[in-house]
Amino acid sequence: MIRSFYLFALILVLSACQKETLVEKANRDGIFLIGNSAEPKSLDHQMVTGVPESKIIGAIFEGLVADHPSDDAATPPGAAASWTHNEDLTEWTFKLQPDGRWSDGAPVTAHDFVFSYHRMLSPALAAPYVEMLYFIDQAAEFNREQITDFEKVGVKALDDFTLLIKLKEPVPFLPSLTRHYTWFPVPRHIVLQFGEMTDRFTSWSKTGNIVGNGPFRLTEWRFHDVIEVERNPHYWDAKNVGLNGIRFYPIENPYTEARAYRAGQLHTTYMLPPDLIKDVRKNEKESLRQEPYVGTTFVRLNTTRPGLSDPRVRQAFSLTINRADYCNYITEGYEPTKSFTPKMGSYLADPVLEFNPEKARQLLADAGYPGGKDFPRYSILISKASARAGAEALQAMWREHLGILIDIESKDWGSYITAQQTLDFDMASAGWIGDYLDPTTFLNMWTKGNGNNNTGWSNEKFEQLLSQAAQQADPDERFRIMKEAEAILLNEQPILPISWYVRNYLLRPEVKGWHPLLLDNHPWKNISLDAN
Amino acid sequence: MLRYLINRLLQGVIVMIVLFTLTFFLVKALPGSPFKTEKAIPEHIQARMNAYYGLDQPLPVQFAKRATNILKGDFGSSLRLEGREVTEIIGQAFPVSLQLGLVAITLAIFVGVPLGVIAAWKKNSILDYSTMAIAMTGICLPSFVIGPILADRFGQKWEILPAMGWSNLNPLFWILPSITLGLGSAAYLSRLTRAGMLDTLSQDFVRTARAKGVSQKNILIRHCLRGGLTPAVAYIGPAFAGIISGSLVIESVFALPGLGTHFIKAIETGDEPVLTGIVLLFGILIILANFATDILGYWLNPRLRS
Repeated sequence: MIRSFYLFALILVLSACQKETLVEKANRDGIFLIGNSAEPKSLDHQMVTGVPESKIIGAIFEGLVADHPSDDAATPPGAAASWTHNEDLTEWTFKLQPDGRWSDGAPVTAHDFVFSYHRMLSPALAAPYVEMLYFIDQAAEFNREQITDFEKVGVKALDDFTLLIKLKEPVPFLPSLTRHYTWFPVPRHIVLQFGEMTDRFTSWSKTGNIVGNGPFRLTEWRFHDVIEVERNPHYWDAKNVGLNGIRFYPIENPYTEARAYRAGQLHTTYMLPPDLIKDVRKNEKESLRQEPYVGTTFVRLNTTRPGLSDPRVRQAFSLTINRADYCNYITEGYEPTKSFTPKMGSYLADPVLEFNPEKARQLLADAGYPGGKDFPRYSILISKASARAGAEALQAMWREHLGILIDIESKDWGSYITAQQTLDFDMASAGWIGDYLDPTTFLNMWTKGNGNNNTGWSNEKFEQLLSQAAQQADPDERFRIMKEAEAILLNEQPILPISWYVRNYLLRPEVKGWHPLLLDNHPWKNISLDAN
Repeated sequence: MLRYLINRLLQGVIVMIVLFTLTFFLVKALPGSPFKTEKAIPEHIQARMNAYYGLDQPLPVQFAKRATNILKGDFGSSLRLEGREVTEIIGQAFPVSLQLGLVAITLAIFVGVPLGVIAAWKKNSILDYSTMAIAMTGICLPSFVIGPILADRFGQKWEILPAMGWSNLNPLFWILPSITLGLGSAAYLSRLTRAGMLDTLSQDFVRTARAKGVSQKNILIRHCLRGGLTPAVAYIGPAFAGIISGSLVIESVFALPGLGTHFIKAIETGDEPVLTGIVLLFGILIILANFATDILGYWLNPRLRS
């Protein structure tokens, strides 16, 4: 028995030589293999908030408007074939694809969309990302139970294929907004087959039951292992779908993911750890991708703390961050910020952030802390281990230029979030990724009482300008007012913006139809694999 | 023997009750809520979610409810992966951990024990020194060092084994993770076996056997192995339980769908139902493993039986 065991082991090792990598086989089969970071919580897109989920949902479902493979501003037709709006951009009429079908062959109708928004806005469902629909007239009121009649909410099916959306305010970017998964439809007939409309987590979204209107359909879901989708033959644009299937691997460890890529197990990775970038640049230049992504890293300040309540002190901290060095040495490839909102479309706030230690020391002295004397001993809160290097860099910069020593405090994720939401912190290392391509996704969070503000700061003028911009239908004027608002934020500095995100990842050269996109939502149907 | 069994069973039940109570209250003492995300969820939605899971009730009420449900066999659903039953999560992840653990411990036994026997047999020879030096290295090298090195060489550089992933049926996927997981145990086992064998080899009955002209092979395998293995066996039971519950690092390095990831995530997010489920499962495993070790020990060592 013992001998046979060793023999078996030997045969196993000898036979282990893989003749063909997974990627080579997948190239022939037209299957795209991607690293997708984490295990998705659910594929019921009205119940999730995460990016890994959004990637899979984008394959199985489609919004009214589709993503364009290379142009962030373009709005190609999706579930809707065309759309029109009234003059002040508050009423939008979407004509659905006449041959739009769910993956079980049932037609996708305007009633499905009305049902979807009704479900998502129902208080009983408690959808975590529901605020994304608050652009709709009376949506917030319905969700917060101030009204109970859904008829009053601004969504109507004019006929089977015509959907009318009335908005609270002019939203020039509505087509782009409907590309977010919170705006995707759910299949009414399937949801109701497995429970009531507002039941949380029934089996409708599980393998074998789930039905979508996107280019692919779910075939397999093994927890923490793989999620597989295949071409959906009922999709209205099926003839233009370039892949036969996609496999999403939830690999959380970025080093494991990079190894899997190099071992020929993946076509693309979700990310690339900064410390591997130099090596990849040297040895596999054709694989390295470094592309702008709509996000900003920053330090959140608790403006209710003595010292930090003085804008001059906050400015002094900001003026002593050497953002160029920070991006060069800490966040490889990230871009130093000059404002908070990253560039999107024609919007770019005035570049006011600078590195000026002399001015900083003067401001600090004016505020009553010359040379950092008598400044309270504060700490900067971090959670992820990867944030430590950045915090140490800031610590060193402030010590050198201001003479102020800031401690580094590391907390687990839950405590880190709680500390900020209860203002039980001094400074916190943070990041923000935009939901859609409009500056409001970066600016509205700094209003009073917003759940993501967490600085104790608010400013009447800032909020006035934002509501003024929200009423404005002229896009240029709208942006002008928003820039004015952002200037207030950058002058007051309840946050210290540091860098604009860049997505570092690996992509094999045989992947075609994949281009840099600010929101990183690559339309799966436009991707294909070149087997040669 | 029967009394011993009943005793053990009762002890096990008490351990499980203590485990559940401790886990429940410790998780609840953690700051934050399972529904905290980086992008804040509106307060009225959070309140709804808390009410849905009964988290708005006083702790003792929650505890009583959970205890009754668990007694009825209902472990509840996860708070982190909402909508997923605890039994469903464990049902998917545990077989992977178990299979990986079994392969790893088998590997550890079939590598560690023979090495230990050889080292004891050729005591103070080059063979002994080199085996024990390797064993020492194996004990000292943590799996988060060995795992990436193996994956890097065999997966990435020579491309002969998968660098990550799992397949229930394809043994190629088992090799690197189980070597990584089993290596430390193999090394430890070889040292324990060597010590146990040396101890047995120095006994009077061995000298008598030698004097009677029994061959070296027979002395080793027929006369000494059973006694020499006692310390190793005492180690294998708890080690097996430890291997199954402690494979988190290996799961992360090889992206395996095992229990360890759920275990850590449940703690990080305050996902009490999943955490309780896994803790109770590990509790049962460790109790069973110790129990099996006791029985094996009895069988191997007649002196224990008296």
